[in-house]
Amino acid sequence: MSFESAGYQLLPVLPELVLAAGAMVLLMIGAYRGAETATGLVTALAVGLLVLTGALELWLPAGKLMTFGGSFIVDDFARFLKILALIGSAATLVLSAEYLADPSRRIFEYSILVLLSTLGMMVLISAGDLIMLYLGLELMSLALYVVAASNRDNAKSTEAGLKYFVLGALSSGMLLYGASLIYGFTGTVSFAGVAAAVKTGSVGIVFGIVFLLAGLCFKISAVPFHMWTPDVYEGAPTPVTAFFASAPKVAALAVFTRVALTAFPGVVSQWQQIVVFVAIASMALGSFAAIGQKNIKRLMAYSSIGHMGFALVGLAAGTAEGAQGVLVYISIYVAMTLGSFAVILTMKRNGQHFENISDFSGLSRTNPLLAFFFAMLLFSLAGIPPLAGFFAKWYVFVAAIKAGLFTLAVVGVVTSVVGAYYYLTIIKVMYFDEPLAKLDPMRMELRTVLAVAGLFNIFFFVHPGPLVSVATAAAKSLF
Amino acid sequence: MTTWPILSLVTFLPVFGTVLIYALARGNDEAANRTARWIALWTTLITFVVSLILVWRFDPAQADFQFVEKASWLASGITYHMGVDGISLPFVILTTALLPFCIIASWKSVTSRVSEYMMAFLLLETLMVGTFSALDLVLFYLFFEGGLIPMFLIIGVWGGPRRVYASFKFFLYTLLGSVLMLLAIMALYWNAGTTDIPTLMHTAVPRSLQTWAWLAFFASFAVKLPMWPVHTWLPDAHVEAPTAGSVILAAILLKMGGYGFLRFSLPMFPMASHDFAPLIFSLSVIAIIYTSLVALMQEDIKKLIAYSSVAHMGFVTMGIFAGTTQGVAGGVFQMVSHGIVSGALFLCVGIVYDRMHTREIAAYGGLVNRMPLYALVFMVFTMANIGLPGTSGFIGEFMTLIGTFKVSIPTATFATTGVILSAAYALWLYRKVIFGVLKPSLAGIKDLTLRECVTLIPLVALTILFGFYPKPVLDMSASSVQQLVNNYNTAVTAVKAAALLQ
Repeated sequence: MSFESAGYQLLPVLPELVLAAGAMVLLMIGAYRGAETATGLVTALAVGLLVLTGALELWLPAGKLMTFGGSFIVDDFARFLKILALIGSAATLVLSAEYLADPSRRIFEYSILVLLSTLGMMVLISAGDLIMLYLGLELMSLALYVVAASNRDNAKSTEAGLKYFVLGALSSGMLLYGASLIYGFTGTVSFAGVAAAVKTGSVGIVFGIVFLLAGLCFKISAVPFHMWTPDVYEGAPTPVTAFFASAPKVAALAVFTRVALTAFPGVVSQWQQIVVFVAIASMALGSFAAIGQKNIKRLMAYSSIGHMGFALVGLAAGTAEGAQGVLVYISIYVAMTLGSFAVILTMKRNGQHFENISDFSGLSRTNPLLAFFFAMLLFSLAGIPPLAGFFAKWYVFVAAIKAGLFTLAVVGVVTSVVGAYYYLTIIKVMYFDEPLAKLDPMRMELRTVLAVAGLFNIFFFVHPGPLVSVATAAAKSLF
Repeated sequence: MTTWPILSLVTFLPVFGTVLIYALARGNDEAANRTARWIALWTTLITFVVSLILVWRFDPAQADFQFVEKASWLASGITYHMGVDGISLPFVILTTALLPFCIIASWKSVTSRVSEYMMAFLLLETLMVGTFSALDLVLFYLFFEGGLIPMFLIIGVWGGPRRVYASFKFFLYTLLGSVLMLLAIMALYWNAGTTDIPTLMHTAVPRSLQTWAWLAFFASFAVKLPMWPVHTWLPDAHVEAPTAGSVILAAILLKMGGYGFLRFSLPMFPMASHDFAPLIFSLSVIAIIYTSLVALMQEDIKKLIAYSSVAHMGFVTMGIFAGTTQGVAGGVFQMVSHGIVSGALFLCVGIVYDRMHTREIAAYGGLVNRMPLYALVFMVFTMANIGLPGTSGFIGEFMTLIGTFKVSIPTATFATTGVILSAAYALWLYRKVIFGVLKPSLAGIKDLTLRECVTLIPLVALTILFGFYPKPVLDMSASSVQQLVNNYNTAVTAVKAAALLQ
């Protein structure tokens, strides 16, 4: 039996291989040319590498590809989310350009860590068994712990990295425990095998699911495993926060969806309760806890907790519509988040960055276009039509209604009204309050990210077809 | 009938104006402000003229939707579907007709961030016209909710001292009502596989879903209209909004609630509407009597008119849910009439506010000595607000009352007292402000300028014209109203007969 016929082709993992090898090459470039001169070059090449990886991913033959005995799956679902994660990572690197340009922070390893973390995400998204899941998750997380602490001289950044690491290790432990329980009760680690073995929810399986989902909830920062989020978001350097809020969320939500829908389709009613609870708790906490926040990054942390709750509403439905809702939601969420962080990174007066909401005061008069885009992003985050955020909510709730989850839907929309309050507060500060001094000119790369994200967000309603139909196809590939 | 999409043209022309203002009126200097004002005025005028083509080509004998446009959009059952019938066309025209007045009314009183102000108004016009002409629930929701954004900014940026509170209250109240409607829309989507309004009107909805969906739609429209007891956002929003914002709010945004009842609640959930009619009647009567009494106690002119709006909307809901031809037609007419009259009243308040910068009733008195023309115009609108025969206000109230008498005599009896109460507060306001000894502080006040006359005289003419000759509006809506009432009664009697058989 040849290597290939045993199900070990390398074609499906080609993008990952290129990304891994490319990251090593960039590491060499950085190491030999020295951080002083190489940082900018490595960052630019890293963005190029991500683009190349994405292109390869699209170039792969269509249909469902599997390798390594079914533990690595490339289907439409994986393609969709990988492209999204790559976009998130690439945009983050673009947003980081200014941060890395500072002479005291010329750390070329930053870009390489982002690349490695992205590699982990891609493995995670394609995971077809519990081992591959853990491998991808740890590769992603280990790199994230380091980038969180990348501003070494800053106590807050270091604290954020440490906190994230300790709590992350705990959650990995829980996840492993859950995985071992599932393995123990089913005798297999592959999702397909587990699905075949699990037809009824025995106590052992339910325990396994609970621990496994708890570990995943930590990664998407869903309540009650959200505690690290505000501190890490606030402490980490702002470009890193933008990264945390986008690509890793995509990957973790992807694996959450894949595990729930492909490994446990026989016990939907068992995990549905968990997801419903987590969704309600996240939406409620995300909305209420954000109200009192003064720091925009902390506010974005609570906002992301809430948004993960909304995305889980779709998953709770446990149907193809629900999965489609999750995919549409996370895509639009990534665009809104990256756009918002481009604005937050622009908040600079006389070379000094600001993070307080009060610093946005009167922005609509000093920087009208910037304020307009940010206001539209915030209305969109609140889910006000005709902006993209409304459609995101539409698809998850429409799935929940079809699945008969009325309580969840009602709680969800009511918390979205509470959430609208704090987004409105920022708009109020920008539009109704007295202006402060003008901001420093916006950097080109931030402009680009904001323009792309903002225009996508405003004009999504004109032609929502392409994204929605790709998401539909991607969701179908799970069933 | 038409090959080119005239309805979309009316809807999206103002957006074009917005883009034009953005491109041409940069900066905050006087020249840019002037450009913004003129572009806005011309855009609204052209939109109005184009919308008149709708009236001209509209076939009032036909009950179905006309000027229909359909294009694929979100999914198979969710399309870009536009069209108007006799119920929605009056509101479309009301919107396009009032917008130029709003722009002219803001000519001098808005001096800061003029181009943004005008852009917000034009955007709002698109969203309002879209709301009245959308024939798909999701599209309707898009326009309906999208209107919150510009209105929030209009109240919040150009409003009075408590504008932040008022704008938040307006936004969150309306949003809370609407999100529940959104869930009902989703439930209807799964029930019928489409959100196409004409299709849904002919789709039987199961009884239990009818009840829940009716309540969800009610939550949204009751807040928007507003009905007692969820009306409390309205006085705040009215008082703090700039004059033109109040005009739009009273004349058009409130009508979206009544329009929603006519377009959705009655045709799609006839049984639930029938079952809940007593609730609506009670709330309407409470609104008419209670808010009229509250209006009597107000010290702020705008607040008084705001409360009177709630009372007048009580007549509308009562007429609509009576389910009789007179009631429904009266409801439509009352909304159009109230749109003109309350809009004009807010314009009148704005005129004295621009001069004196106060809306305290106590600050005024004896205006007739200095402003005879103003006193005359204000009197016409006061009388129309009371519902004096010969003004448009009378026709609407009279028809809704007749329509309700056929269904529920106690409701109509109590509601009629509202006519007396409205006379009490409106005449009281008129006496305080216009008659009496001229306050020394008002000695220098000037009568209406030409610009103000231009805004008010056409409205005076319309108020009196529709008072004596309401036929144009009634004819326009007659066959659609008739069809609506017939369908409603057929559905109700069918279910009642089935219940009797069992």
